[in-house]
Amino acid sequence: MTQHAPVFIVLLPLTAALLCMLFSRIHRHLGGWIVLASIAASFASACTVLQQVVASGGKAIHYWMGGWAPPIGIEFVLDPLNSILAVVISFIALVSCLFSRPFLKDEDWIHIGGFYTLFGLLEVGLTGMIITGDMFNLYVYLEIMSLSGYGLIAIGGRKSTLAAFRYLLIGTIGASFYLLGVGYLYSITGTLNMADMAQRIAPLITSPLVAMAVGCFIIGFGIKMALFPLHGWQPDAYTFSHPGAAAFIAGCMSKAPAYALIRFLYFIFRVDNPVVSHALDFIGIMGIAGMLIGSVMALAQYDFRRMLAYSSVAQIGYIAIGVAMGNMYGYIGAVLHIINHAFMKSALFLVIGGIVYRFGEVNLYRLGGLNKKMAISTMTVTFAALSMIGLPPMCGFFSKWYLLLGAYSGKQYFYIVILVISSLLNAIYFFRIIEQMFVEREASLTEIRRPETKLGLPIEMCIPLFVMGIGILALGFMSSSIVTEVIKLGLPEVFLK
Amino acid sequence: MTIVDIRPFLAVGVSLLAAFLIAFSRKWPNLRETWSAIASVIKFGLILSMLPAVLQGNYYTYTLCQITDTIGLTLKTDPAGMIFATLASMLWVPMNFYSIGYMRCNREGEQTGYFAAFAVCMSAVMGIAMAENLLTFFIFYELLTLASYPLVLHKRNDEALLASRKYLIYTLVSGQLFLAGIVAVYCITGTVSFKAGGIITADMAPTWVLQGIFLLMIIAGSVKAAVMPLHGWLPAAMVAPTPVSALLHAVAVVKTGVFSVLRIICFVFGPKLLSQINVIDFVAWAAAGTILVSSMMALRQDHLKRRLAFSTIGQLSYIVLGAALLSPLSIKGAYLHLVAHAVMKITLFMCAGLIIARTHRNNISELYGIGKKLPITMTCFTIASLGIAGVPFLVGFVSKWNLALGAVQANKPLYVLVWVASALLAAGYLLPVCQMAFFRQNPDKKFAYYGDHIIVMVVPICITTLMAVILGVVPNFYPHFYELADMASQAICAGWNGGWM
Amino acid sequence: MEILNEFLKTKGLYILVMILFFLGVYGMVLSKNYMKKLMAMNVMQVAVIFFYLCFAQKDGAMIPIQNGLTTNPDAYINPLPHGLMLTAIVVSLGTTGVAIALLMRIKEIYGTVEETEVLRRASK
Repeated sequence: MTQHAPVFIVLLPLTAALLCMLFSRIHRHLGGWIVLASIAASFASACTVLQQVVASGGKAIHYWMGGWAPPIGIEFVLDPLNSILAVVISFIALVSCLFSRPFLKDEDWIHIGGFYTLFGLLEVGLTGMIITGDMFNLYVYLEIMSLSGYGLIAIGGRKSTLAAFRYLLIGTIGASFYLLGVGYLYSITGTLNMADMAQRIAPLITSPLVAMAVGCFIIGFGIKMALFPLHGWQPDAYTFSHPGAAAFIAGCMSKAPAYALIRFLYFIFRVDNPVVSHALDFIGIMGIAGMLIGSVMALAQYDFRRMLAYSSVAQIGYIAIGVAMGNMYGYIGAVLHIINHAFMKSALFLVIGGIVYRFGEVNLYRLGGLNKKMAISTMTVTFAALSMIGLPPMCGFFSKWYLLLGAYSGKQYFYIVILVISSLLNAIYFFRIIEQMFVEREASLTEIRRPETKLGLPIEMCIPLFVMGIGILALGFMSSSIVTEVIKLGLPEVFLK
Repeated sequence: MTIVDIRPFLAVGVSLLAAFLIAFSRKWPNLRETWSAIASVIKFGLILSMLPAVLQGNYYTYTLCQITDTIGLTLKTDPAGMIFATLASMLWVPMNFYSIGYMRCNREGEQTGYFAAFAVCMSAVMGIAMAENLLTFFIFYELLTLASYPLVLHKRNDEALLASRKYLIYTLVSGQLFLAGIVAVYCITGTVSFKAGGIITADMAPTWVLQGIFLLMIIAGSVKAAVMPLHGWLPAAMVAPTPVSALLHAVAVVKTGVFSVLRIICFVFGPKLLSQINVIDFVAWAAAGTILVSSMMALRQDHLKRRLAFSTIGQLSYIVLGAALLSPLSIKGAYLHLVAHAVMKITLFMCAGLIIARTHRNNISELYGIGKKLPITMTCFTIASLGIAGVPFLVGFVSKWNLALGAVQANKPLYVLVWVASALLAAGYLLPVCQMAFFRQNPDKKFAYYGDHIIVMVVPICITTLMAVILGVVPNFYPHFYELADMASQAICAGWNGGWM
Repeated sequence: MEILNEFLKTKGLYILVMILFFLGVYGMVLSKNYMKKLMAMNVMQVAVIFFYLCFAQKDGAMIPIQNGLTTNPDAYINPLPHGLMLTAIVVSLGTTGVAIALLMRIKEIYGTVEETEVLRRASK
């Protein structure tokens, strides 16, 4: 069984998602449960794989589809880097799947079935993108992710259709650029397998086609991960997506492309050549601009979701500058921030989901007295906000620490200045929320649904909220073991010399 | 000798645990405050139990977990940290009872949050005191910022909102600068562990880099130590309830600031390096300027707590100046003044709080003749005022004597004049209050309804006053602050005589 | 004619494909009608497919179906890009399907697919 664990990460949610409508026809909640169970199983498989990889000292697990050997066949490769990300993404999928259930309890079978089909497919796309070892396969998963994402955004309400359509147009441009890049690489190396590509590309690295490919990848993944200035689709998409799925969309959809960018730049092209170092400079500039402009834009918002969307632009900037540093600490910081930001942003969107569910309110100036009405949400949002600012012992601090180390050891001191400024801007807009919650003003929340439990929300929503809140704290305490026991085991070869 | 023992973490953890218990016993006020009291006593006991070994030159140390790949979350009880830990845990015990009385007497809202945040603050202070390395220090430093923020915001009105924002801006900016400094230190030296006498040597980096890092870190520390011109948050934060002002703004937060300045000067850079890189003088000038300017500003405050706040700003700069003089005696004096000022200022603030609780008056000009109505309180207030002014046989004298000797030892005798001037000014801004209270007639008779019967508030005041007197007469009385300060300064200045011929 | 043929064979084909690609992008960005944007998107996707097919072709080689005449792999063109593009066509079909569905909803909600009009009505 365990030797097939890698494929179960993708296969189980895929099967469940495709059968979901059928089961929903039988009983309207059955499909949802099936998908939830399959995501749980996917999470378990990912944990198994991570445990195997760590136990073997970081040796990658290769799973050959149908037994076909790699250069011809498609393989899943699980090294420490992507197995930890698979665990994180399937975990967030699990909690937000559980969280979404109360939103749908009054719907009919076709809506519930459709929602969970899309949800399951989104999980398939994200985890598939993470664990695949084949470049074209990655494109397929990228499209699965995007298409199901468009769907989940579109079912959010009246305004969301437009947001989804515009995202679809921009997203397709991104995917096409990626496909073009793959074409360039394939035409000069004749392979699509990533490990094989890394071997064959090394002598050809000065070829202009490689530079073209790198450019295409940066644009393609830049659009998908909402790297400034390619983030235009993101605020609307996050704001109007279905409140039950927003946590998963906002938390993870930009992370898989960010991972892919790291995979290409650090593992395939390597960072020790002039082509990639120039590319890194561009990414760094985009990251800096994103951090500053994203934060300033976030300050100007009063819609909680839109503020978080712009904050995502800034946080993606953190990942981008970590990538752009091109040294070991920058790399660790970027990977750690992918994990941490996925947690923080999902937690914040879960909180918003809870507030929308009970109060139907998204204006962040009208959250007064939340601490009395929803204690768990208040705790989670406080933890997540502190983590976003980068205050210890929350997890956000640790990625910032590695980024600072990377900036200092790479003698790129301006990144330190930018990181400090960005943290302070984050502090302004997140403490604004904390202040709003704890200081009750005249404009306070009015309930649209009676609280069903003493905790103010259905138990299915309280558990994810609590888990994510504590998770942010726990991730902070675990960060040193994540770094030493996982990320450092799977460092790119460039840093091992 | 190093003893691996979890007790330092227990001392930190006990009040964190108390904070949880407090949060969950929202509905039972008596139980809630019992938790707080028990935690304070246990914490003090734990710290005292480590004292004998520390006095013999041993260290307790424990690493709870790794913070980053190379740096651990480690606590260690060196003499310097022990001074601060003992002081803070000692003063928390009376303070706890005082704040129960104060909060109930004033019928303040949000008491659960108040006691919980208070307990977290005390945990953070313990962590700061005993942190073994800069990163552990920083974690608790930020925790203190976060936990004291709700205390400043306690009243939830517009004034409190503005004050809390101001407080956050100052402390968060300083925290980020401090973090940038820590990263730089780590990249230069490869370690962030404190070492008496400094971990950086002159050959590790160009002088301008070292100067830059030093200024970055010292500015960060100076914000919490309220060195002018970075003091703006402190008078504003006086909107908090008086026990908060007393403990946090006389003992915990501001002392954390000066303690971090001491840590940076003595344990990261070291007196020897600092005397070579020509940057410490800025700190000394800023501190000397602060002492004089703040004393003069205190003279013209009518609001009692604000006057005390400006007095605090001046007194803290004594400590910063003592550290900046870089001589063994001045450093010893700095550690002693850390203790002395805490004991005196907590007494003054508690008296002020009692006056506010009983009379609901904040301004000094309304307090004519109050000494007749609140005799015990005002007597304690007078004793503490005399201590601030530096009268012999009270706690402030020994430390100032050492500071003055240190200035001579560092060949900078002009600074003695600063201390003399500020002692006179301190007498000038505090003693008139006492004179007014005891020897002037009340124009209207409104005090007739008040008396100091609130026993839980009066007893703590008497206890801290007693401490001030005992530590003044016998500086090395249990818990041996004098000896600890002596050990700390000798360790820091091993092989360094402060430039004395 | 010779020169043109030669040019097309070496670089020209790719230049044409690139022109097609960027025509698509241009149309998506600047067109004011959502339906036209969608069509431009298809043009762009087709350009990518052309690109793959262009670099897969080889002079004098035949389609990769073994006909018994030769087993030398050089005699056949590379089948993989064609295979990949079948997948890409399916993906683009799926994308177009989703896009049209969304467009129908937009038309239903706002009564138009002209961008300026939709945005004006959406902001109300």
